[in-house]
Amino acid sequence: MLDAGAAKSSDTILTVANVAKSFGGVQAVNDVSLEVPRGSIYSIIGPNGAGKTSLVNMISGFYKADRGSIKLDGTELIGRRPSKIAELGVARTFQNIALFRGLTVLDNLMLGRHVRMKSGVLSCFAFWGPAQREEVEHRKRAEEIIDFLRITDLRRLNTGELAYGLQKRVELGRALALDPTLLLLDEPMAGMNQEEKEDMVRYVLDVNAEFGTTIVLIEHDMGVVMDISDYIAVLDQGVKIADGTPDRVKEDPAVIRAYLGASHLQDKV
Amino acid sequence: MLHRESGFYKTDYKSDMGLYRLPISRFAAFGMLVLFFAVAPLVLSEYHLTLLSLVAIAVVGALGLNILLGYTGQLSIGHAAFMSVGAYTAANLANNFDLPFLITLPAGGLMAAAVGVMVGVPSLRIKGVYLAIATLAAQFIIEWIINHSPSISGGVQASIEVDRPTLLGVKLDQPAELYYFLLIVAVIAIIATQNLIRSRIGRAFIAIRDQDIAAEIIGISVFKYKLYAFAISSFYAGVTGVLYTYYLGIASYEQFQLGVSIDYLAMIIIGGLGSVLGSVLGAFFVTLLPIGIRLAMEEIGTRFVEHDVLAQVISQLRQILFGVLIIVFLIVEPDGLNRLWINIRNYFRVWPFSY
Repeated sequence: MLDAGAAKSSDTILTVANVAKSFGGVQAVNDVSLEVPRGSIYSIIGPNGAGKTSLVNMISGFYKADRGSIKLDGTELIGRRPSKIAELGVARTFQNIALFRGLTVLDNLMLGRHVRMKSGVLSCFAFWGPAQREEVEHRKRAEEIIDFLRITDLRRLNTGELAYGLQKRVELGRALALDPTLLLLDEPMAGMNQEEKEDMVRYVLDVNAEFGTTIVLIEHDMGVVMDISDYIAVLDQGVKIADGTPDRVKEDPAVIRAYLGASHLQDKV
Repeated sequence: MLHRESGFYKTDYKSDMGLYRLPISRFAAFGMLVLFFAVAPLVLSEYHLTLLSLVAIAVVGALGLNILLGYTGQLSIGHAAFMSVGAYTAANLANNFDLPFLITLPAGGLMAAAVGVMVGVPSLRIKGVYLAIATLAAQFIIEWIINHSPSISGGVQASIEVDRPTLLGVKLDQPAELYYFLLIVAVIAIIATQNLIRSRIGRAFIAIRDQDIAAEIIGISVFKYKLYAFAISSFYAGVTGVLYTYYLGIASYEQFQLGVSIDYLAMIIIGGLGSVLGSVLGAFFVTLLPIGIRLAMEEIGTRFVEHDVLAQVISQLRQILFGVLIIVFLIVEPDGLNRLWINIRNYFRVWPFSY
């Protein structure tokens, strides 16, 4: 994986600098800085409550950071509404699925295309003409993603009726429909069985390789993270304790301490 | 088979997005048009045509409320107030400036939309029951303003008489003429709503209803689209108000009080939230129910109550039945008449097989 990382272009797509966020007395994220290289798979790991999801929530604009700066290709994201950040090309999935359950798989994906479509109120009322042409054009892209994720037979089913693993896949599809430059995946494999996990890993790798999308991944399955990540950042209690390639992170004493406890480290040393 | 999906293959996305994806639904829609445009005026009496006219007006209002509540998930108890805004706008324009309905109709809608956006602003902050209270306040505030501003309401009992609409020099004062006028507006409203719902904006509304956080994250400005929903819904309400005004020949705030807002809520709950067909069915049901009650009570009512209190009983019975029906539908069939229809349709789609 190191080779693949080196082969990709080395400039930075997302720069997180000295970001902090507290809720009441709890310092969820404290002075965290990251540099995510373009085209990489960048994993954020850490024990529960480490601040991983809070950090992703700040990137996608769902939380407003107290301090610091988050820049996507030089554009400051802090202070923008989540919908504006999505327009800039940041898509995400949620830890607990947030699909539109009353709509079909196809409509969910078409909603992913929303920011790429432009029809106004009047043309939507009239439909025939410009709005219809736009629908057809964007339907093509939605269908490409449906093919890509092999969910052709589910197109017209309501997402509420789907099995958990498929819902996760559709949610990935909805994020992909936005044609994102940066894709934030919050525990895409949580609660899945081995087979579903392998499928999902394959899709994540395919997205990265085929579309060149930069992926920021939060995941608890260490096997997956170590296998597919180009870079890893480790958070513990809101603080970044290590970052680097998987091999470096694996050996880092601070990481071992956070994950396995100090006594284990002492035994080992 | 005409009524099954199998055998009808769409070969391009355009036809796959059609309003009527099966031949039978196209035939049914066409049949309905023939029924209401050609057959109904021939066979029905003038009285029954006026009833259908009332239904046509109610359809427009119910569609508007369904866009807001059924599709976007924002509760409004002030729908009737928006109607009154449209009604008085059109009445003043028609009387003071002698404008034709082609101008007063959209003008009434636009004015209601503007007021609706103002009322919708709190919806960005508050949800559910609290929004309901805010719109309830709007109902009373708008009513009070109209009632206490002679420049709007024309003074005496806050009502303005309005001439019947004219089209190409012909005054539409026969029941059949008014019926056609209202029917055409209702059909346009139905088709426009269907189009809105299958397009980008309608999907955004449903996204906000289902998961407002996820909607914002994938790039739908919840702020903007909630206001769109209030504006469009109020536009429909305003148009409904204008239609009532032309139909009754008078704009009066008494036609647009809280009870009317509740009637429209009943229509879309009984008909089916988030459904165009449901809005139409609900409008039929709620408009014709009082007539049905009266007919039934005139037949059998005297067996239970004295003849001279019958009229009173009938009007009370209407309120009671509405209350009961809303509760029954919320418990037994929250998706309303529309769901009943879908169940029947699904049964016959595979008939005579069980699946």
